[in-house]
Amino acid sequence: MADAAHIPDEAETRARWGGFAFTAENLAKAQTYIARYPEGRQRSAVMPLLDLAQRQVGADTQTQGWLPVPVIEYVAAMLDMPFIRAYEVASFYTMYNLAPVGRFHVQVCGTTPCLLRGSDNVMAACANKGLVKGKTTPDGLFTLTEVECMGNCANAPMVQINDDNFEDLDYDSTTRILEALAAGESPKPGTQIPGRHTSEPEGGPTTLKAMVDANHDYRGEW
Amino acid sequence: MSFDFLSDKDRIFTNVYGFQPWNLKSAEARGDWDNTKDLIAWGQDKIIDEMKASGLRGRGGAGFPTGMKWSFMPKESKDGRPSFLVINADESEPGSCKDREILRHDPHKLIEGALIAGFAMRARAAYIYVRGEYIREAQVLQAAVDEAYEAGLIGKNAAKSGYDFDVFVHRGAGAYICGEETAMIESLEGKKGQPRLKPPFPAGAGLYGCPTTVNNVESIAVVPTILRRGASWFASFGRENNKGTKLFQISGHVDKPCVVEEAMSIPFRDLIEKHCGGIRGGWDNLLAVIPGGSSVPLVPAAQIMDAPMDFDGLKEVGSGLGTAAVIVMDKSTDIVQAISRLSYFYKHESCGQCTPCREGTGWMWRVMERMRTGDADISEIDTLYEVTKQVEGHTICALGDAAAWPIQGLIKHFRPEMERRIVEKQGNPPMMEAAE
Repeated sequence: MADAAHIPDEAETRARWGGFAFTAENLAKAQTYIARYPEGRQRSAVMPLLDLAQRQVGADTQTQGWLPVPVIEYVAAMLDMPFIRAYEVASFYTMYNLAPVGRFHVQVCGTTPCLLRGSDNVMAACANKGLVKGKTTPDGLFTLTEVECMGNCANAPMVQINDDNFEDLDYDSTTRILEALAAGESPKPGTQIPGRHTSEPEGGPTTLKAMVDANHDYRGEW
Repeated sequence: MSFDFLSDKDRIFTNVYGFQPWNLKSAEARGDWDNTKDLIAWGQDKIIDEMKASGLRGRGGAGFPTGMKWSFMPKESKDGRPSFLVINADESEPGSCKDREILRHDPHKLIEGALIAGFAMRARAAYIYVRGEYIREAQVLQAAVDEAYEAGLIGKNAAKSGYDFDVFVHRGAGAYICGEETAMIESLEGKKGQPRLKPPFPAGAGLYGCPTTVNNVESIAVVPTILRRGASWFASFGRENNKGTKLFQISGHVDKPCVVEEAMSIPFRDLIEKHCGGIRGGWDNLLAVIPGGSSVPLVPAAQIMDAPMDFDGLKEVGSGLGTAAVIVMDKSTDIVQAISRLSYFYKHESCGQCTPCREGTGWMWRVMERMRTGDADISEIDTLYEVTKQVEGHTICALGDAAAWPIQGLIKHFRPEMERRIVEKQGNPPMMEAAE
């Protein structure tokens, strides 16, 4: 575990996050999440609430957020569940960050379908920009993580940065995206192949061509 | 090419590429939510019979007949427990990317299907468990659910059918294992996603201890169209026991990877030639194919080329249809690395509950890495094979099996390649001399 992420000291964390509470807006959201589950089953909302808390921490720190222990305690108390049960959830699922990350969480998919289409080039482009796997760049901008299959295999290779996916990448397009983000711009998410729309074959769909230009109703042909 | 390709009018997911908006108005114009009330008026038994007659087999990988699965749900609640429908949108199997297209481009098919399926199995609500990484997709789905509530299509007296039915979206947070149905239920209850022992089966005691059916997104989203067009229409595609249309997802070394809806049993060659622009570098350059997502064994080029892409056809070549996630590998592929990377995936995703899987996946990956670099001993190939056999079948869920099969497939078909790189790295082992 020598290269495990550095979790800040507990006293320091408690001093900074001990008074954590949801903002009014997030509290309203939390209540709609809890209302999705039957009476007495509020524990089911622990996943959306942890996600919400992580996002609020992110907003407070201008990063993608993480879950300091006092924040997990707050969520556990809200759902009337023991801290350890909430901590278990936070540590089991990979999308909860137990240590701080940068402003952009660069998650490169490295599983076989992406590997076959050149995820090594995406990794190389990240490395060339100074990103190191499992680390945050000194300017606090980028955290690089290699993740497992993200379900964009027909548009491989891909990277998820914060809430957006960038697909059909190569070395150059990855570099362009990282540079644009660093410059404060918002690069276009989705496929990076000009002319490709989503997951249709490159160069235009082989099926459902009538759908390209109009919302075609096929029922007349049944 | 003699195969009868599916024509556009018979495609269920007409907006699969998202050229048109996903919203309710556009979806209705394409035929969704068209008199859903009349379909519900058929009654539970007729809907289930029609689904059985359609021959639909679950699209999440296991291929269990959907109509039969629904019929396991209790017809009445003797103790007041409600029933639930859980829709598995935790699409994480490497190679699979079909549910994503349904969630973000045709969400109303899924929501309408949830209502009809939920009614047929007498459920009071559906939870759609979307994988955490599908952030934008979950946003679209939630917006579509909100639209449907506002239009009165779900909720109290859903679609004016007299039936009350809720649909909730629940986002995961990055755990492949939650795609296993009992792990998904655990996760929905706010716990770590560790699979439960069966029995009891979810149809008896699932979510919150209540009768529950877990269905894949695609299995549910095709339901309204099947009922509208009739079981015989759906059953007119594909071979016996492998009926219907299917979203195929082709990735890897084809000229144009894509997601496409085709008739079941389409020969591999036709699927690739028609929709993917052929194999990169031509058919002679094809090395092997993983035809159903990472959990099924690979199939060497010669055996897959003319195989029908369906449950039975791929079983015959020692593999499976799985989620119809077709991973194509040409001769430039380092096949040992490709499989070793999958071993890493399973090591990463093992939930840690059962020892054979928790320890075995890590062990298998480490040995696979030495196989990749040629640092292993030739005798370790047999040891590796034996360990996969020790993991397979000795765990609560199928993740252990899924981790074992790709390696078994590799050893079965590419043992000479594994030996070659060991010999190349270490030089020929000294010839054993016979005793004189």
